[in-house]
Amino acid sequence: MVVTMAKVLTGKVSHPGTAEGEVLLLTEPVSFWGGVDHHGEIIDVHHAQHKAKMTNKILVMPSGRGSSSATAVLAELIRTGDGPLAIIMLQCDTILVIGALVSAEIYGISMPIVELDQEQYAQLSDGMRVSVDAYSDSQIATVTL
Amino acid sequence: MSSGSHSVTLTAQEQAMLDGADGPAVAMCMRIIVGVARANGAKKLIEIESAHADGTLYHGEAGLDFTEKLVALGGKVKVKTTTNVGSLDLLHPDLVHGDETLMSHGRRLMDAHIALGCEPTWSCAPYQAGHRPAFGSHVAWAESNAIAFVNSVLGARSDRYGDFLDLSAAVTGRVPFGGLHHDAARKAVLVLDFSEVDSRMFSEDAAWAALGVLLGNRAGTRVAAMVGLPGDLSDGGVTEDRLKGMGATSASAGGVGLFHVVGITPEAPTLEAIVAPNAEYLKMTAADVREARDSLSTTSSDKLDAVSLGTPHFSVDEFRALSEVIGDGPKFAEQIDFYISTSRDVMARSKELGYLDVFLNAGGRVVTDTCTYVTPVLNRNVKNVMTNSGKWAWYAPGNLGIDTVLGSLSECVASARAGKVVRDESLWS
Repeated sequence: MVVTMAKVLTGKVSHPGTAEGEVLLLTEPVSFWGGVDHHGEIIDVHHAQHKAKMTNKILVMPSGRGSSSATAVLAELIRTGDGPLAIIMLQCDTILVIGALVSAEIYGISMPIVELDQEQYAQLSDGMRVSVDAYSDSQIATVTL
Repeated sequence: MSSGSHSVTLTAQEQAMLDGADGPAVAMCMRIIVGVARANGAKKLIEIESAHADGTLYHGEAGLDFTEKLVALGGKVKVKTTTNVGSLDLLHPDLVHGDETLMSHGRRLMDAHIALGCEPTWSCAPYQAGHRPAFGSHVAWAESNAIAFVNSVLGARSDRYGDFLDLSAAVTGRVPFGGLHHDAARKAVLVLDFSEVDSRMFSEDAAWAALGVLLGNRAGTRVAAMVGLPGDLSDGGVTEDRLKGMGATSASAGGVGLFHVVGITPEAPTLEAIVAPNAEYLKMTAADVREARDSLSTTSSDKLDAVSLGTPHFSVDEFRALSEVIGDGPKFAEQIDFYISTSRDVMARSKELGYLDVFLNAGGRVVTDTCTYVTPVLNRNVKNVMTNSGKWAWYAPGNLGIDTVLGSLSECVASARAGKVVRDESLWS
């Protein structure tokens, strides 16, 4: 029997929360306003992952993109349960953090957002299962592969 | 290993607000402000003098839930807060034909903002409806064109805020000290030089829409300085309205929150005053301007169904210019719907000065409190629409599924009279 040690990536807590699920890796950022529909599907026809569905996935993308109304769209996706379980980014996007903060305040759902550096980020691949632990009182977020 | 979340230093008063001393609405908004400060690396908060709230347009239940929760918790804005356009025209309710949910939720969202103590401005151009922050003052403005204007034309300081954070800032009177609130972030890292373009090209408003596309495409979210453009902010509103249109278009085509026009905007008396070391330098040509202009028209047909002006909202000076173009000439063709979006404040002042009636008597209609590209105002059969607004031309094809033709104010009037697109290409040679 081969025992593989779980690999643990560490990064920054952009918004606290915990989640476990399958990675949806986007090769470019997506704009939530205009780029994602109310069912969590990527509808931006120019996007490399057009038609991918982020519902109940760990969404991994390099950064945010587009309109500041993305805050409201993300909050709405979290409210209806059509949104991702967590977001992991190379470069934290304030607009998405606001959406997560507001969802935590008004719906009590805390969707974690974690920022990883390039070296850690590069170890994530599409379809792998990970667990995300980002606690508000901790300085370090972990992503366990 | 990445560094962990850093901490934000709060004053004793801010800590008390966070702990609930000023009530649960302030505490909730403070948690959001501090949460953002933690995420984006701000070391402290700063006090703001005013806010402009953009969450007035209905995007879904979350926005309504948030705003009504603030009301239920007893929230009140702490600083002067104007409101952006809503989903309804409260003064002309028959003009908007949205579905029932949009209308009722849109109305509740607008009412909730008033209950929080916001002013019923309902305009994306609050800066021309009595809200003009002082040079150097810190503010929290949302709505991309208003952010570009308040930073660039007035020289006040706002980072690029959006839904939720605008009201959180208004209720706490604080924002994270980051982004465009800092001196260093306001320097131009890109220079666009127009000095070799014949300045006669810039005598028409539509050219400034084209400049907005160029600025947005080249700058993205970076701060740019433009040199070689004519204008003077004390010329009775002409330059101000041109910069309004250009900034709005640049914020749509790119993510421009601040631009400088050397010799015109207040932070840029000279290029040296505002340029960052090692800034990128691009020489622009007349062909660049024409190409940008062409990108704002999606059809070359001369068929025309409607004309829409006032995105951002029309100013009193624009109503005056329009009334001069209309003069005592013929009415608009019967089959053409001619709309102007504006604020109720500008509408009232333009009426007093007699400009409004010239437009109404020619057959035009005024939309207040909202805008023709975000709410269903246009007749459903409308296919081809002419506008002098770069922002309208940028968004309307996607939002409304119509074709656009960009033209100058005088071309829009001539086309509305002729019932088909009339262009004067000599302006662009």
